[in-house]
Amino acid sequence: MLSQDSLVMTSVDEVLSWGRKNSLWPLTFGLACCAIEMMATGAADYDLERFGCGVFRATPRQSDLMIVAGTVTLKMASRIRTLYDQMPDPKWVISMGSCANKGGPYWHEGYHVLKGVDRVIPVDVYVPGCPPRPETLIEAVMMLQKKIRVTQNTLGIFEPRKHA
Amino acid sequence: MTFDEVFEKLKTKFPDAILAKEETKPDPAVKIEPSKIKEILAFMRDELKFETLGCISGVDYPKIPALCVVYHPTSYTHKTIVALKAYLPRTEEPSIPTVTDLFKGANWLERETYDMFGIRFTGHPDHRRILCPEDWVGYPLRKDFKSPDYYNGMPVPLYFAEEEKTDTGGHA
Repeated sequence: MLSQDSLVMTSVDEVLSWGRKNSLWPLTFGLACCAIEMMATGAADYDLERFGCGVFRATPRQSDLMIVAGTVTLKMASRIRTLYDQMPDPKWVISMGSCANKGGPYWHEGYHVLKGVDRVIPVDVYVPGCPPRPETLIEAVMMLQKKIRVTQNTLGIFEPRKHA
Repeated sequence: MTFDEVFEKLKTKFPDAILAKEETKPDPAVKIEPSKIKEILAFMRDELKFETLGCISGVDYPKIPALCVVYHPTSYTHKTIVALKAYLPRTEEPSIPTVTDLFKGANWLERETYDMFGIRFTGHPDHRRILCPEDWVGYPLRKDFKSPDYYNGMPVPLYFAEEEKTDTGGHA
């Protein structure tokens, strides 16, 4: 146990990344059946809140994680880009399910489906599955947290992200 | 009331507008004159107790060639569904009178048929696309529809034809 007047030495980066990784706020944003699994992940049985990632926000301006859960149609793609641009930095994206990864079952014949959400926004973690089980999404969130943990950012000064 | 009884009553009432009986399996259909669709549906609704319009859909027949609008007036009283088929010329935008003033539910069904097949419904109160974006070019369910290479700067196909089919990580 630390006594009352002891010191802990760390770096600002460490504290910031630790705080960020444990308070990911996702955007309430579902596009298709993957959203059902995302809701299940957030609900009591799987409880995404255990990982500090359960505060689904209703506006992109308060979110720092976008879970693209479902089929991205061409009509929706420009809206997704707008929502992504409205999120404050630092921000991360999880592409959930085969449709968001690569077009899914619409990869060849789907005239209206964007073949991968990474054609409009940069993606940090891809989750395969159709739809992925809630455990898979939790695994993706934990992988993203590992990524955030090792990210070096000096005191709120961020490199602007290179957009796809 | 069976299909044949409905057909006989329609034939007696509209000898010119009812063109033929199509003995298709599993359900037969009535081939009708497109310009008379409103009168036929009004007669079926008011006299033959076909209270609701189950569906409006489109079919593309490139071999006839024709574009077809299929109506499914449905009767809860007789527990019968009858298919009415109106064949239109397979031109850029063929037209047929709207039935939104008879059935309110026809509004979105006709918009969808327009969106997918490019069939115009004259007199429709809100004649816009319903599923595709407003600036979409072409009618996707026509057999000769070719999906665009780019839409609003976004590449549409997974691979372009001239490219080697290798995985490029989503950046075609």
